Amino acid sequence: MTPSAASPPPDGLIARLGKIFRTTAFKLSLAYLVLFAVLASLGLGYVAWNARRVLDDQILSTIDAEINGLSEQYTAGGLRRLIAVVERRAKEPGASLYLVTTPAGEHIVGNVSRLPADILARSGQYESYYGRGSDADRSEHRAIMRVFNLAGGFRLVVGRDTEERDRLRAAIGNTFGSSLALVVLLGVLGGWFVASRVLKRVDDMTETTRTIMAGDLDGRLRVGGAGDELDRLAQNLNLMLERIGELMRGMREVSDNIAHDLKTPLTRLRNRADEALRTAETPEALRTAMEGVIEDSDGLIRVFNALLTIARLEAGNAPESVSRFDAGAVAREVAELYEPLAEDRGLSLTVDIEPDLILDGNRELVGQAIANLLDNAIKYGARSDASGPQEITVSAVRADGVVRLRVADRGPGIPEAERERVLDRFVRLDAARTRPGFGLGLSLVAAVSRLHGGSLELADNAPGLAVTLSLPAGAA
Amino acid sequence: MRLLIIEDDREAAAYLVKAFREAGHAVDHAGDGLDGYALAREGDYDVLIVDRMLPKLDGLSLVRSLREQEIATPVLILSALGQVDDRVKGLRAGGDDYLPKPYAFSELLARTEVLARRRTAATGQSEATAYRVGDLELDRLSHRVTRAGREIVLQPREFRLLEYLMRHAGQVVTRTMLLEHVWDYHFDPQTNVIDVHVSRLRAKIDRGFEHPMIHTVRGAGYVIRADEPLLP
Repeated sequence: MTPSAASPPPDGLIARLGKIFRTTAFKLSLAYLVLFAVLASLGLGYVAWNARRVLDDQILSTIDAEINGLSEQYTAGGLRRLIAVVERRAKEPGASLYLVTTPAGEHIVGNVSRLPADILARSGQYESYYGRGSDADRSEHRAIMRVFNLAGGFRLVVGRDTEERDRLRAAIGNTFGSSLALVVLLGVLGGWFVASRVLKRVDDMTETTRTIMAGDLDGRLRVGGAGDELDRLAQNLNLMLERIGELMRGMREVSDNIAHDLKTPLTRLRNRADEALRTAETPEALRTAMEGVIEDSDGLIRVFNALLTIARLEAGNAPESVSRFDAGAVAREVAELYEPLAEDRGLSLTVDIEPDLILDGNRELVGQAIANLLDNAIKYGARSDASGPQEITVSAVRADGVVRLRVADRGPGIPEAERERVLDRFVRLDAARTRPGFGLGLSLVAAVSRLHGGSLELADNAPGLAVTLSLPAGAA
Repeated sequence: MRLLIIEDDREAAAYLVKAFREAGHAVDHAGDGLDGYALAREGDYDVLIVDRMLPKLDGLSLVRSLREQEIATPVLILSALGQVDDRVKGLRAGGDDYLPKPYAFSELLARTEVLARRRTAATGQSEATAYRVGDLELDRLSHRVTRAGREIVLQPREFRLLEYLMRHAGQVVTRTMLLEHVWDYHFDPQTNVIDVHVSRLRAKIDRGFEHPMIHTVRGAGYVIRADEPLLP
């Protein structure tokens, strides 16, 4: 069939229907509908069957009563008396049927004009059609009847028309059908409503996420406030978007910072090389310039390595090289590594470390973290006005299943407002701008602590800064 | 020394080949893992420099295969990933040393030379119990250090530092190598801590002597030598 241009087939509707048929909501409502319909038909069917049984019982008990009456008459006055009574009763309007026939089946008396021939052949209970009254009335009726053999081969038929019963039966049947239809209709409508409503919400969510994916990263899913599963899903998706946004912002910040902070050494590197080309007269001068260039590049390489390390740790790559080591020993070794440097800067380095501070983790990274803390303490922990004790304390203790590595100095400290900020990458407080460094030290420590499931705390050492790196201790 | 560089990045490979040749070494180059493996099996090399990420046969598999074939040529693995873990993986696979990219060539050269020396120092022989460089002597058993017969008292760490320098006398050792072998750490010490340790050691070793022994090689590291350096 080719669709005419005038009336294109309702593709949209079909697609929509197809989509609805595929939805979970639709499948669920269909399942409920089927279940409900089955239960309803069972219930209604039971009621209908029971009603029919009651009606049949009623007819049968009426017939039995008639027969009891007639058989009394028959016993009392024989066939003649029975015929008289039947004749009288047959004239009364009503649903009761009577017939007395000869042994050959000829009509003697009664209000039944026609019967199926085989009924009279044997006594018993039948349900069949019959003819009534005058021959003009050719209409067929149905009845329940009982046939008896009387003395001398005569037959007695007593019955009751079932018209009323059939009407009731039909009414029950109709009620049953329409009730079921109504149930199904309501189920379909309800299911449709739920399905389309849910579907619409899910569609909205899909649509929103699509626009978000297309670049509208500030977009959020609507939360209806119903607190249902879809709302919870939307909330979680929104939280996820928040997190992604944070990461994106972080990435952007990092790349901006990298661009900014690496530009300076790169420019310096270039200038140095350039100047050497232009001015260096002697091989020695060139050599010195080139060595400077190499030093600058080494610095750059170190920044890149630190950046890579932080990025990797923050990506949560749990290192394979997790081992069991003594964090106290690491702290002592690193302190010993930095001790001469501290001394050169006129700082005394005090070490106070408990034995057996066993950790499960990455020894290299913990060492690097302590090194960074010490490096900072040495760089920034010296006061220009030597008013107080110029000392750095490295201590390590275990408390409540946590190993606390603490590096404290007596320097200017960090104002409370800025303590959070210094953990970010490339953040260098103005006071530190003039010193060498890239502002990656503390963010690396923070990354190491996160990786180990620990925490990092910057506190006032009154005066000075105390940094505590708390790491969960290994199982003893 | 004879080197084989197995590196797929043409530019990096060309740079390395040129730099090593300029440093006076014979260099072969293979551009992928399979070629590298074939060359490493046939050729007689002092050190193999293997990139971790190689086409056809990845660097770690290559090293493992060589070790299974009982080819014990020292291997230095170069990695673009620079993870602490990669070092562990690389050494587990049978690498002898490991250098994360980006590296300074001086660092690579120093490490390669140390590896080559390790190979030529009669294989299987246990480490010497005493080292002598010029009039400086170090006894590993008695932990004594003397120069021109005069005893020099060193801290344990200074002793290990000197021991490492003397074991590689005449060879440049980088700050990273010192940190790795004397302190057993592979991190970036941020500042010139190693320099401070070396200068303290130098103060004890060279003070009062006409010829300094511990020399700084700018942009590379340190070398201990008995005689004055001859500039190339």
